[in-house]
Amino acid sequence: MLKDITLGQFFPGDTLVHRLDPRTKLLLVTVFIVALFTAAGWMGYGLCVLAFAGCTALSKIRLRAFFKGLKPMIFIIVLTALLNLFYTRGTPILPGWIITWEGIGRAVKMVLRILLLVMGTFLLTYTTSPMALTDGLELLLNPLKKLRLPIHEMTLMMSMALRFIPTLIEETDRIMSAQRARGADFETGGLVRRAKALLPILVPLIVSSFNRAYDLATAMESRCYHGGEGRSRMKQLKLAGIDLAALAVGAAFLALAFILKKYGV
Amino acid sequence: MSTVIQFENVHFKYPEDTRESLNGLNLEIREGSFTAVLGRNGSGKSTLAKHMNGILVPTEGRVLVAGIDTADEDRLLDLRRQVGLVFQNPDNQIVANVVEDDVAFAPENLGLPPAEIRRRVDGALQLVGMYELRLHAPHLLSGGQKQRVAIAGVLAMGPRVLVLDEPTAMLDPQGRREVLTTVTRLCREQGMTVVLVTHHMDECVGADRLLVLDRGQIALDGTPAEIFSQVERMRALGLDVPETTQLLYELRQEGLDVPLDALDVDSCAGAIAAALKR
Amino acid sequence: MAEIKVEQLRHVYSPQTPFERTAIEAVSLILPQGQFVGVLGHTGSGKSTFIQHLNALLLPSGGRVLCDGEDINRDKVSRRDIKWKVGLVFQYPEYQLFEETVYKDIAFGPGNMGLSKEEIDERVREAAGFVGVEALLDRSPLELSGGQKRRVAIAGVIAMRPEVLVLDEPTAGLDPEGCGQILDNIRAYKARTGATVLVVSHDMDASAALAERLLVFNEGRLVMDGPPEEIFSQPERLTGMGLDVPRPTAIAMALRRQGLRLPGAVYTHAQLKAGLLAAAREAERGAGPC
Repeated sequence: MLKDITLGQFFPGDTLVHRLDPRTKLLLVTVFIVALFTAAGWMGYGLCVLAFAGCTALSKIRLRAFFKGLKPMIFIIVLTALLNLFYTRGTPILPGWIITWEGIGRAVKMVLRILLLVMGTFLLTYTTSPMALTDGLELLLNPLKKLRLPIHEMTLMMSMALRFIPTLIEETDRIMSAQRARGADFETGGLVRRAKALLPILVPLIVSSFNRAYDLATAMESRCYHGGEGRSRMKQLKLAGIDLAALAVGAAFLALAFILKKYGV
Repeated sequence: MSTVIQFENVHFKYPEDTRESLNGLNLEIREGSFTAVLGRNGSGKSTLAKHMNGILVPTEGRVLVAGIDTADEDRLLDLRRQVGLVFQNPDNQIVANVVEDDVAFAPENLGLPPAEIRRRVDGALQLVGMYELRLHAPHLLSGGQKQRVAIAGVLAMGPRVLVLDEPTAMLDPQGRREVLTTVTRLCREQGMTVVLVTHHMDECVGADRLLVLDRGQIALDGTPAEIFSQVERMRALGLDVPETTQLLYELRQEGLDVPLDALDVDSCAGAIAAALKR
Repeated sequence: MAEIKVEQLRHVYSPQTPFERTAIEAVSLILPQGQFVGVLGHTGSGKSTFIQHLNALLLPSGGRVLCDGEDINRDKVSRRDIKWKVGLVFQYPEYQLFEETVYKDIAFGPGNMGLSKEEIDERVREAAGFVGVEALLDRSPLELSGGQKRRVAIAGVIAMRPEVLVLDEPTAGLDPEGCGQILDNIRAYKARTGATVLVVSHDMDASAALAERLLVFNEGRLVMDGPPEEIFSQPERLTGMGLDVPRPTAIAMALRRQGLRLPGAVYTHAQLKAGLLAAAREAERGAGPC
């Protein structure tokens, strides 16, 4: 059901990975993604797998949590694998077959790339509270405020959206059940009919979201919210020794990735 | 005891309405008191609550909170930090993904130093009994727990008055008890001024003072015992009286000599037993 | 006529995941046509899961639900048809309104049944009559008060003329007047159609006064099933499960602690009053209550 979506879910903990400054983690994930797209040979991919496995082990997040989050992506992953498997030219694995050794290699690499990309970002959201994440993002993007970009408002909107995802999912489930109890049918019929069948869900959902937004604005105002100006933070973000160490490791990792790329391995 | 909130001939009309929601209302709330506000839907009780921290301002008359005119926009923050407002739907007032981050929202808005915020957040969470769950995600809490987080969220501002607008309307009996016990304790042990808007008459029984609102005016004002003993008047206002009062009232009509002001179950039972033994 | 039979019903949420949770287990009962049944239990006791099985919104993980001897989960068609026989009103049903007018919204259910225009019209007007919103049929649901919206939403289910009407917390969040109206509407529907009615409620007083049979859920099991006099003759068992007892029962319990003798189970205002007046007469005769 809808409730099983783990997007943006945070698993509180007190590991090294949890304690890192969100800015450090954001930078490291960026580094990881760059390295992932740099990787060409098996050594490059191996390095990325190793880096991910190491961080995951440190974070004590169970692999099962990642698989659950990956579920909605199975289709894309399988499709990527099949396309690479069947459409790569090279030496057939058996005479006359269209599957080639090169195809297998590319399929594995592409699937690895998608998996690591998604799971790497999951590791970030699993170990960083969305509040800390948006705070970190706001600080990293702070220089852009000089360009008059509404960074505080943007990041606040992001964190509130994350906060309300579970609430809205629950509400959607409830409205769907209520309409099904009145005989609504969301499963049969052509495209137009199915789109029409969504109205009894969408309209109440939008109406209630507007009400929520109004209530929430009143509640925030009542709690002295008056924009980003003059606001302080309970959790001060301070780059500690471990952050500097982690960033150094990240830099070394990136350098190694570039070297591997240069030698094409 | 001094006056902390004062309504002077307050009128208020929503732009889309033809009728006034508040219709020449005068009211003084004493510091440290527990005031319950009762009224049926549309009686103006929510509007009254929203006037107490300047979310709404009177169209005529004025509201003073600790000497600040709620219409004075220059002192809006000063006003809001004095009056914590808690609303009906707990889901719609929690802004953060982690309990303690949510409680920190108000003191962060006030720009307090981090150590002070931490102190207030921990203190507020302890007062509502949610400290143990400070690292939980709000959407996984029960209704009563969420509402207690919302209360902690306004306590962290360090307010003098806590105004709750039907805080139990969406809760189950368990959650209702949790919230009511918390609020009562805040008043009795911490000296917090409490204004509780509700339509459950049982929740008013422990208050110092009960206001009954009708068509934007205060129809009745007194102690819960005084007001609930006016059974017919309450009925005419579209409200019930507690089962205890109702029973005592009917027994009196049957000629039994019982008082009408024994509101809680035990004193009601005691009064009846005493009358029967006589 | 619809008789519902529930056999060894079990429901597990998110099976084979870390979030696996058994919501109800070993629930068996028969609901004969025409009973007024109250369903009690604290949040998470399984009562909401239970009622969603009565019209096949949820698929049992074990056991069966039969309507007039037929398994309602036999196939897609039976799962759909049971929705017309067993109408389910969710908590805060006003959040399901979506049409431009009250009329169209009430017509949504009958429309899904594939009825003729005339038949739909007749049912909409009849359902609106039951809940007293005839005058509002051309209005937008958004313009109505909370209590009116609630009644329109209930009419939307009644319009399917269910033989079994199930309501989850129909009076939650309403003021005493609004509560009274809704309960009157439900009573009127039952009186006129002879339908079975199940009401899930935290309001013990209303359950005690209305229902002829009570089901008590606790930790996923049906732990008590009987007429109110039987259920409320063991008030301590209810309070032990974290449930309230009706206020007259609470007063009676306190009176008994004061040494007063009161007859059997007390759960309505009228019973308590009658018991006390009897005790008073006895005291006057000099027998003394103690």
